[in-house]
Amino acid sequence: MSFNIPDDRRYLESHEWTEERDGTVRVGITDFAQDELGDVVFVELPDIGDDLDAEAAFGVVESIKAVSDLYAPIGGEVTAINETLFDAPELVNDDPYGEGWMIELDADGSLDDLLTPEEYEEQIE
Amino acid sequence: MPLRKPPLSDVHAAADASFTDFGGWEMPVEFDSIRTEHESVRETAGIFDVSHMGELEVTGPDATELMDRLTTNDVAGTTPGRAQYAAITNDDGVILDDTMLYHLPEDDDADYLFVPNAGKDEVTAERWRRHRDEWGLDATVENRTDDYAMVAVQGPDAPELVAAETDEPIDEEIGRFRGRYATVAGVRCWVARTGYTGEDGFELILPAEEAETVWSALDVQRCGLGARDTLRLEAGLLLAGQDFHPEENPRTPYEAGIGFTVDLDTEFVGRDALARQHEAGVEEKLVGFVMTERGIPRHGYPIETPDGDEIGTVTSGTMSPTLGEAIGLGYVPVEHADAGTELVVSIRERPRRARVESLPFLEADE
Repeated sequence: MSFNIPDDRRYLESHEWTEERDGTVRVGITDFAQDELGDVVFVELPDIGDDLDAEAAFGVVESIKAVSDLYAPIGGEVTAINETLFDAPELVNDDPYGEGWMIELDADGSLDDLLTPEEYEEQIE
Repeated sequence: MPLRKPPLSDVHAAADASFTDFGGWEMPVEFDSIRTEHESVRETAGIFDVSHMGELEVTGPDATELMDRLTTNDVAGTTPGRAQYAAITNDDGVILDDTMLYHLPEDDDADYLFVPNAGKDEVTAERWRRHRDEWGLDATVENRTDDYAMVAVQGPDAPELVAAETDEPIDEEIGRFRGRYATVAGVRCWVARTGYTGEDGFELILPAEEAETVWSALDVQRCGLGARDTLRLEAGLLLAGQDFHPEENPRTPYEAGIGFTVDLDTEFVGRDALARQHEAGVEEKLVGFVMTERGIPRHGYPIETPDGDEIGTVTSGTMSPTLGEAIGLGYVPVEHADAGTELVVSIRERPRRARVESLPFLEADE
């Protein structure tokens, strides 16, 4: 099975993606991650204004069968969360890189050290 | 120890199933998605490979007495063609396993076939033989788990679906908790109207080498252990090793809500302890609950009172695909066990409100 890995993002080994958007960084989980989890039924996210440390758990995504922590790709302040997911967690399955996004951060540093699409693809092969 | 594989293992791999280790078996956990599989069973039908379940055959002049003395229910009171659910208890009345017993037809080679849970087949066979020898009974106990495959076809359309593959009137003749032999897709199967989903349907026990013939003929949604778990939980059915466990969470049938399997008028291992508990009443019992705040209860999460006193532990929990609510099972003191009682489940150290519901969460369609 092949998974969607958009070229315009950077990735974490723990299957989060990051996308730079006009000074903020949007974070979600990858197509591979949502497929591994199965039907997503619950998402727990931080509050706007929370300060996250890089690599710290910032939330939880649960499918019917599994509970999985979400990890911050980079430190920074949470500037937005996708509250739509509280009532429609299935968006994480349906559109992991779009409407299934999770948080936006005012990032403390650069994303250059994260995995490139090619590196992430190698990891999940 | 290497994992045991069901006879259909390669067929499932070819269907791109994902697998899980369950009771020492590598079993398919998901074929499409748990939600899709679950909904098929509730709305139409689905088929499960449940070959991880054990099959023990007991035969001989004292077969009935041996079965009666090692299970909580009244085996002597069954007639050929009957299925009976029972607990297997130790001297303290603690559940070691739960099992379905089939009283086989008179012309069959064996007298009884019963189904211990995954991985419990050999330990249960040894228990039967040990007690047989101790009591001087005349019966043979054969572990047939590796000889047989077991598949479950469940859902409102399941009886019709299986009936279409046989010339015998199984839908009319096999009532709930009954079974008989029938030739399904050309294969002689033990066909029983039992299951673990809260739906109508059949469970088929058949020779391992014929498993693929029967599985392929019953062309309906393939379902894994993931959907089997959400379906049984909605139906309020217990999962051995999780909702009771002889060492980690020792419980009696009365505490676990299966007191209906206990016949105190029969002699069996654990009877006296259970008679005493029946007389005195239980201090704790299994309850079902629904979350009234956001959060999904999971095995091991603490259950508290609204004031924050810890009173129990979640044994099973999930997001119910049918109800759209998070549901769970757990043991609490009886004074907190009435339907409507407010509870709190501590989810990742945060209190989340729940309410006791009467079981099953979902009534089966009659």
